[in-house]
This record gives sequence, C-alpha cells and structure tokens, in this order.
Amino acid sequence: MSTKSAKAELENIFNTHFEDFEKSLNGLSEKSTHEIRKSALDSLNHIGFPGNKHEEYKYTPLTRQLQKNFRFERFASTGKLKLEDLKDVPFYNENAHIVVLENGVVNTELSKVNGAQGLGIMPLKEAFKQNNEALANNFGRHLFAEKDAFAALNTAFAENGAYIHIERNTSVEKPIVLLYITTGSGELTYHPRNLIVAEENCEVNVIESFTSLNKGNAFINQSSEIVVEKNARFNYFKLQNESESTYHIDNTQVVQHRDSLFNAYTFTFDGALIRNNLNIALEEEHCEAHMYGLYLTHGKTHVDNHTVVDHKEPNSFSNEIYKGIVNDHSKGVFNGKIFVRQPAQKTNAFQSNKNILLSDNATVNTKPQLEIWADDVKCSHGCTTGQLDEESLFYLRSRGISLQKARNILLHAFASDVLEHVSISFLKEHVEYLIHKELD
Amino acid sequence: MLKIKNLHARIEDKEILKGINLEVKPGEVHAIMGPNGSGKSTLASVLAGREDYEVTEGSVEYLGEDLLEKAPEDRARSGVFLAFQYPVEIPGVSSTNFLKTAVNQVREFRGEKPLDAVGFLQMIKEKMKLVDMDQSLLGRSLNEGFSGGEKKRNEIFQMAVLDPKLAILDETDSGLDIDALKIVADGVNKLKSPDKATIVVTHYQRLLDYIVPDFVHVLYQGKIVKSGDKNLALQLEEKGYDWIKEELKATV
Ligand SMILES: Nc1ncnc2c1ncn2[C@@H]1O[C@H](COP(=O)(O)OP(=O)(O)OP(=O)(O)O)[C@@H](O)[C@H]1O
Ligand SMILES: [Mg+2]
Repeated sequence: MSTKSAKAELENIFNTHFEDFEKSLNGLSEKSTHEIRKSALDSLNHIGFPGNKHEEYKYTPLTRQLQKNFRFERFASTGKLKLEDLKDVPFYNENAHIVVLENGVVNTELSKVNGAQGLGIMPLKEAFKQNNEALANNFGRHLFAEKDAFAALNTAFAENGAYIHIERNTSVEKPIVLLYITTGSGELTYHPRNLIVAEENCEVNVIESFTSLNKGNAFINQSSEIVVEKNARFNYFKLQNESESTYHIDNTQVVQHRDSLFNAYTFTFDGALIRNNLNIALEEEHCEAHMYGLYLTHGKTHVDNHTVVDHKEPNSFSNEIYKGIVNDHSKGVFNGKIFVRQPAQKTNAFQSNKNILLSDNATVNTKPQLEIWADDVKCSHGCTTGQLDEESLFYLRSRGISLQKARNILLHAFASDVLEHVSISFLKEHVEYLIHKELD
Repeated sequence: MLKIKNLHARIEDKEILKGINLEVKPGEVHAIMGPNGSGKSTLASVLAGREDYEVTEGSVEYLGEDLLEKAPEDRARSGVFLAFQYPVEIPGVSSTNFLKTAVNQVREFRGEKPLDAVGFLQMIKEKMKLVDMDQSLLGRSLNEGFSGGEKKRNEIFQMAVLDPKLAILDETDSGLDIDALKIVADGVNKLKSPDKATIVVTHYQRLLDYIVPDFVHVLYQGKIVKSGDKNLALQLEEKGYDWIKEELKATV
C-alpha cells in the first residue's frame, strides 16, 4: 500500500471516529469548545498525517507504524481498573495528590486528591461543563493544531484528561501525580488532554507517569497545555515506561510569562515508539526554562524527542540537557530547536545532547537547530554520540572493578547530571531503580 | 615475583617496547628512569593491562602466573597496582563510592567479606592519615578538578587502601611540592614489607632520597640499557643521559 493512500486511510478512519464521537457527545458539549474541536479536525484534514519524508517525522515513521499496527476499530473503554491493580503501580502510594487516569479517563474513585487551598484538580470533562474563564481563555489557545497532525487529532477528540488550576500565590506542597494506566486486552487508542494553569507567583510540581497493564497494541496520543504565569515556579516531570507494544505521542505546549521558571524532565525507558514534542514559548522577559531528558532504551524501542524553545522577548535563559543510553536495536532521535526572535536581545540559550551507544545495532540521530534573529545573544549547542570513555574504564578496572561494574558506574555517572536536579526523592529513587534495572 | 622477558609492545604501527627484561623480587624497590618518550609509562600500562597496547613478543610472569592473559581487574585483584602518571578525571563518579566498590570487589576476590559502611569508613580514615589526605576530596567526583598534587596524593591513598603486592608508581613525584613528596614517600615506605615490591618511575633523585631503591634501571628507546644500584641515579642526576647514549653508540 502506498504511503499516500495509507495516510488517507488513517484520515478517513479518524473522520469516521469523529462522527461517532460527536454522536456520543449528543449535542451536550459547550459550543465554543466544540468549535475548537471541529477546527482541529479541519486542520488535520488539511495538513494530513506526516508522510515518510515529512521534515519533522523523517526519523520516526509514525504514520506508517500506526497504519501497520492498528486497525482502529474500537475506542478504549474503561472500568477494568481495580484498586488491587494499583498496588504495584509506581507512586500510587506516595504522599502526593494522585490522579488516576484509566485509558486517559480520570477515575475519581481511585484518585486521591486531598483538598489543598488554592489547588483545583478535576477531570477535563467536568471543566468543559463548567466552562470557567481560565478554561475558556486557555483551552486550545496555546497548542497549535495547525502545526502538528497529532496535536490536531488530540484536540479534535479532546474530552478526557486532567484540568489543574493553581491559584495565585499558592505553593502546592505535595506533588501532583498523574498516573496514566492503560488497561484492556485488545488494541486500543486514546487521546488524553490536559490543561494546567499555574497562576502568578505559585509553585507546583507535576509528575506524569505511564504504566501499561494491558495486552495488545496501544496508541496514546496525548497533548497538554501548560500556562506558567508571572513569577510562577513549575517543575514538570514525565516518566514513560510502557509496554513494548505502546505507541505514544506527546505534544506538550508550555507558555511562560515574565519572571517565571519552568523545569521539564523527560525520562523514557520502555515502549515501542515514543515521540515527545515539547515546546516552550518564552512570551515575556526574564523567563528561565530548563529541559532535561534521559532515555535508556533497549530491544527495539524507538524514542524521539523534539523540543522547541522560543525566545520572544529579551533577557530570558534556557538550558537543555538530553542524554541517551541506547542499547540493542533501539533508536534515539533528538531534535532541539532554539528560536531567538529579533526583540529577544540578551538571550542565553544552551543545548546539549549526548548519547552513548551500547551496541553496534543501536542508532542515534541528533540535530540541533538554532534560528537566531537577535544579535546580542549567547547560544551554544553540542551533540555527541559515542562509546564509553576507554581511559576511564581502564582506570576503574585497574582498581579491581569488573568490566561490567565499571561500565555501570560510568553510565550512572553519565545519567547523573540529569538526575541530580530532581528534587522529589520518591521520583528520583524510582528513576534510579529503573536505571539500575536497565543497566544490570 | 615479577619476571619480564623480552617484552615487545606496540600501539597501532609504532613499536614502543623493544625487548624489556626485568626481574623484581619480593621486598625490592626498583627505580626506572629514562628520557621522555622512552617507554616508561607504556611499560607500566602494559603491566596494568591496558588494552590499547599490543604485546607482540615476550612474556610477563607474576607470582608464577602469566600476567598478560589476565584482565586488568584481575591483575589489580591479585595485587598489581599502578599509580598513574596522569590520573583521569571521572565526573559524576563519587570518590567514596568508587573506592568502596573497588575495595569490596578486591575483597570478594580474596574470599573476604565485604566491608560494611562503618568498617569501610574506619579503614578509609586510617589510610587518609597515612597520606595526609584532605577528607573533603572524597566528597567530590573522582579526581574532578583536583590539583596535580591532589591527584597524585589520591593515587597513593588508593594504593594504601587496596594494599597491593606490586606497586608501580609512574612519576608520582612530579607535581608534588617537597612536603607532599615526603608524605607520599613516607606512605610508600610504610607500606613496604618483605613480601611486597615497588617499581618507581621517576626523573628525579629527590624522590629516591626518600624511597631508596635497590636497583636503578635506565629505559631508553624501549629497552633497559643500563642497570645499577642507587648510585646510578645519582650519576644520572649529575650527568644526564648523554653519557649513556654515547656508551650505546660505541657498542653498536
Ligand atoms: N596512545 C599512543 N598513541 C601513539 N603513541 C603513543 C601512545 N602512547 C604512547 N605513545 C608513544 O610512545 C612513546 C613512549 O611513551 P611513554 O608515555 O611510554 O613514555 P615515557 O617514558 O613514559 O615518557 P615521559 O617521561 O614523558 O612520561 C612516546 O613516543 C609516545 O608518544
Ligand atoms: Mg610517562
């Protein structure tokens, strides 16, 4: 089957799904919200799914993979998740605000959200019903459906996910943990959608963690919009450790306002194919953004991180460190874009992507992309892909440390400059545990 | 304890060691001297098991076993220790964890129980005193940002911790001030015993004032061209290497 018709076929399928989806909404949806969905579907039909040669997807043939591995006959259903299933799910028992999402749908019974002053957490569906001002002002306003087919697809089907609102001057003490759990036995697809609004001068930690309890292929097409208002401080962590038949695409659009700080951490372990589009727009002056990424892959896992940081105004700072340890036949892709627009003088923007290949069959494609229109800026980027340093290995072994152990020590060290910044100890410990498991 | 016979080694296409013969017996201290680039560090690396060098001829016997067929870690575990001329900096690896791993892997090899945290710290403290090492260095990444002298001291400290049978010190004296030199020498002397041996590679007599060698060898162009007792080092200090080169020319 040619790609062209494959693309068209996928588009047809989702148009049919959309009709079913509209029927299920039964005219109950707020009109303005639904207009956004419809226009997103139009965008999808207009831009189409990315073909093999699409610049942004050339190393990650997502359309082909979906076409090959999915029939898209059923929507994901819910109701299978039981409390006892959660006992081994990471973080469920931590001291945190726990939001459980089964196949993208918030399960309020299993969630454990303790009332906290200034913090509002609810299913997105609920928020649509209430259609409050923050939602109306932000939903679909930041994530541009015209730019990415999967963001468009998600927006067209936006209904389930979490809406989180942190009022101004609120320090949310405990982390908010979104636990995405995929359940079921056949092939399934879902489109979780989040909106997080962090108002002026608030402080919050949000963790997203993905677990597969299902059998069969899963396509998770996720999108989030995150608004970080003036002087807010936001730590955002994503942990992707899913089944080998999970195809996961994530579009996260962050918008930062004056004096705000945003730290993003993306940890990726298992999955069939994972594509993360992390976009940060620095809308105003004196923003600070950090993007940390760590991927440890084996088997045939394919991990693609595309990031964009867009400096629009002067005096902002962005720093990005992505590190990959790539084993077996797995593949890492990194594309980091830095835009420094003409008014954004005195910008500091740094980027680095370092990879270690542990097997001859592992591959990495890495590409920095700097587009700078301002003249008074400091920007740097660096990419490396290679093996462990022989001299360091020899030094460790010359002290009686086995080759295997010496390798592990060096790989841990390699990963450490991403991990060392993680301030939430239960998360850090879990990621450390996963690293150990992966390397030993 | 160590018998090197006709050892040839090369890197890529360059032959660096061209037939080394050397025997070291327990309790002895051997000094190896020689001009820059003559192959001293190469010899030390080959003994420690660095795989970049290819041994093309000859043999090395250590405690009755073929040293060359052993992996670097097994050489270390059976008591070979190399204090590097240029210790490598390893960011992100904590000095303490590194040492603990090393100590316990060596202990395991010797059939001893691993040290627990308390036992380890006690031992570390003791050895730190021996080389007068600043404890704060242990809180840092391995050798990262250490001064030249600190790196050298760390090598001797590791040697004290691992308690080797055959220590090879590759220019451990360079970059040390006179106080540090004494401390390092003192450390080495304290570790001396009748069943252990030391090879010191150095350019300077001043170290040999403190670590008195039983034998002094001159390595030149990949061969040991002259051997003698401690007086040879004094002679070299005074006259340099030219007279040896002359002697060599005359014999060719
Ligand atoms: N990795 C390498 N690649 C190429 N040449 C090398 C390599 N290592 C050593 N050599 C060469 O081998 C020769 C011997 O080097 P070596 O370091 O053993 O000398 P040395 O006697 O220790 O000198 P120094 O007194 O300066 O420490 C030198 O010419 C050096 O350039
Ligand atoms: Mg040398």
